[in-house]
Amino acid sequence: MLDVLMLSRIQFAANISFHILFPTITIALGWLLVYFKLRYDKSGHPVWMRAYRFWVKVFALTFALGVVSGITMSFQFGTNWPGFMETIGNIAGPLLAYEILTAFFLEASLLGVMLFGFNRVPGWVHTLSTFLVALGTTMSAFWIIALNSWMHTPAGFEMREGVAHATDWLAIIFNPSFPYRFAHVLMSSALTVCFLVAGISAYRMYRGDSKQAPKVTLKTALFSAALLAPTQAFIGDLHGLNTLEYQPQKVAAMEGIWETEKGAPLLLFAIPDEDARENRYAIGIPKLASLILTHDLNGEIKGLNEFKGEHPPVKPLFFGFRVMVGTGLLMIMVAWWCSWRLYRRDSLTQLQLKVVMGMTFSGWIATLAGWYVTEIGRQPYLVSGVLKTQDAVTDIASGNVMLTLAIYLSIYVALLIAYIRTLFLMARRSVELEEIQPEERERQKGITRGSMRKEVSA
Amino acid sequence: MIDWLFADENLPLVFAVLMALSVILYAVLDGYDLGVGLLLPMDNAEQRDSAIASIGPFWDANETWLVLAIGLLLVAFPAAHSEILHALYLPATFMLIGLILRGVAFDFRAKVSVTQKRQWDYLFKLGSLIATLTQGFVLGMFVMGFEYTVGGVFFSILSAFGVATAYALIGSTWLIMKSEGELHRRALRWAKYSGAIAFAGILAVCFINPLINSFVLERWTTIPMAYFIGAIPLLCFSMFAVGYQVLKRLPLEGHRGDWVPFLMTVVVFLCCFAGLALSFYPYVVPGQLTIYETASAPESLRIMLVGALLVLPMIAGYTVFAYTTFRGKTTALRYY
Repeated sequence: MLDVLMLSRIQFAANISFHILFPTITIALGWLLVYFKLRYDKSGHPVWMRAYRFWVKVFALTFALGVVSGITMSFQFGTNWPGFMETIGNIAGPLLAYEILTAFFLEASLLGVMLFGFNRVPGWVHTLSTFLVALGTTMSAFWIIALNSWMHTPAGFEMREGVAHATDWLAIIFNPSFPYRFAHVLMSSALTVCFLVAGISAYRMYRGDSKQAPKVTLKTALFSAALLAPTQAFIGDLHGLNTLEYQPQKVAAMEGIWETEKGAPLLLFAIPDEDARENRYAIGIPKLASLILTHDLNGEIKGLNEFKGEHPPVKPLFFGFRVMVGTGLLMIMVAWWCSWRLYRRDSLTQLQLKVVMGMTFSGWIATLAGWYVTEIGRQPYLVSGVLKTQDAVTDIASGNVMLTLAIYLSIYVALLIAYIRTLFLMARRSVELEEIQPEERERQKGITRGSMRKEVSA
Repeated sequence: MIDWLFADENLPLVFAVLMALSVILYAVLDGYDLGVGLLLPMDNAEQRDSAIASIGPFWDANETWLVLAIGLLLVAFPAAHSEILHALYLPATFMLIGLILRGVAFDFRAKVSVTQKRQWDYLFKLGSLIATLTQGFVLGMFVMGFEYTVGGVFFSILSAFGVATAYALIGSTWLIMKSEGELHRRALRWAKYSGAIAFAGILAVCFINPLINSFVLERWTTIPMAYFIGAIPLLCFSMFAVGYQVLKRLPLEGHRGDWVPFLMTVVVFLCCFAGLALSFYPYVVPGQLTIYETASAPESLRIMLVGALLVLPMIAGYTVFAYTTFRGKTTALRYY
């Protein structure tokens, strides 16, 4: 039977992996809804409101899953990792408290107005509510990423009697890896949403939906992805350089470099063997890793053997990194290929629709792979150089953790299936809808004739 | 005033008050929506829709008070957080599972076909029941000092049903305020039943609590605390007496006064909570750990207090805004 440390790690990983799927969507989807709503406010064109109405439902569902899995997280700190708060509670506490106070309440309170308030409040108040909900989700990410980055690159504190005490809050929040990680996370959210929106819109069109809304959302999503995916590659590179400076052992594991070497190759494929401390079946491009990481063909990269006993497991980082980068490259290619066709012909081929549909959840894969790389890359530490994971774990009977883990896992699998099925069900339902809804007709009667004409001509 | 709040020696008390505030707000706010979940009429789809529509715009924000309460326990009293959640590992997990099930059922039900909708409604009801019972169990465990003895578990199980009744009461009075027609008539009936049981339950706790915890008995019988402790049950029980008369007379012409039972239930909740808080101060784990022993470092508490003082008025502001936007009798919820 697994010990309580391993079980708690698996349980926490399961919880946080399940949780991150949903905020990754809501952070950027919130801003996309603000964009749809602003376009509607500006043009009065109902297609923007239709796009808003479809995606706000997705937002609501996603948000609910994020909230309930997030509540679970706040309990797990105490139940499974008591040593975490006992050691760094003085740092983590205020950051978590600020997240709840400035972000949770904002988004949760105004969500109701955003979802159901369109006919109850003036238009600008509804737009403002949408904006504040989006702001709330982003602020939530800000505080959480600040804490997470601090765990990687702690700063602005001192240890007194084994407990961390804050000395400089600005240094704690804006710790060395924070700006890079925050930008990388926001961008990953944007890309996840681009491909989700593109994928579901493509699915609707593939199912014969000839209405305007899916076409408009498909275009918005793919054009954004064409710009954002390469930007993400650039930010990721900066983030990698920052990691090389502060956590060289993580980069060595990602690149599969055992001995410190000059002019290290970029390994496209290999199977790292931790017992023999070497790679098998390695295929690489000479000197490229050195060039990327040090911007010098013969730059020196520290190898894992310099960190014996203090470096993370190599295989998950090595493969996780390749999954993330591979998915990212695929995103760039698909986004450019489809955007070019949309730009020239204003429509996609059946093949392209299928490819975009296949990429619907590609953002999730890249996001999870990226998080595994960075989080496993911090091991054996929970807080780099301050607290080891094994020293923070609970002494609860492992049977109890096994039981709760089994329950969590089965619920998560069921919910994930239900979530994905419901998204596609919602898409199929909107295929059957008429272009103009009865509510809209009602609404049109009250609005000037000018916007009526726009509707007809569009 | 500000100096007093920020003084090292007062910070634990200030945070205990903040935490108490979030707990009672949670009990009232999520209490009514959990209560509506418990009472969800499975025999009538239309009534289910309007019961759920009455809590639709609010439940997310209501649950956030639980996150804040647990968050404050975690960040302001970390040693107590570990101790309590260690003792409550399984009940807390089941509560979370209940909250997960009802939270997602709420959103899934609106987006699936009619046959599946009924299954999600069952899940919503079940999740509400699990969350409610475990919260009651946790409350009972708190009163018993987190000891898994036969008596402790028995009391906690009773407490689980007590809290379920209390939530049913506040849920039914919420529905009295927000609904019309047949659902309104049923809610009046539910309020009468659950009110009667809640009354008996509170009476029982008033006798049992001082018998279990000797320091409670001492406090209840010492002047001047005894006056307060005496006034609280008096206020509480008069609410039940008057409340019963009010329920008998409702509904009035044009639904006047439909809000009265809900308000009275809130007063009952406040009384019960004040009674508990005054009995157990300064303990955060009764008989074992006080808020002063378990508080975080003052410099960390201070920076959180700055945030709390700045942000709490804003939270109050947009909560009021949300409730005014959706005031009055519930109409069908539309994403439009």
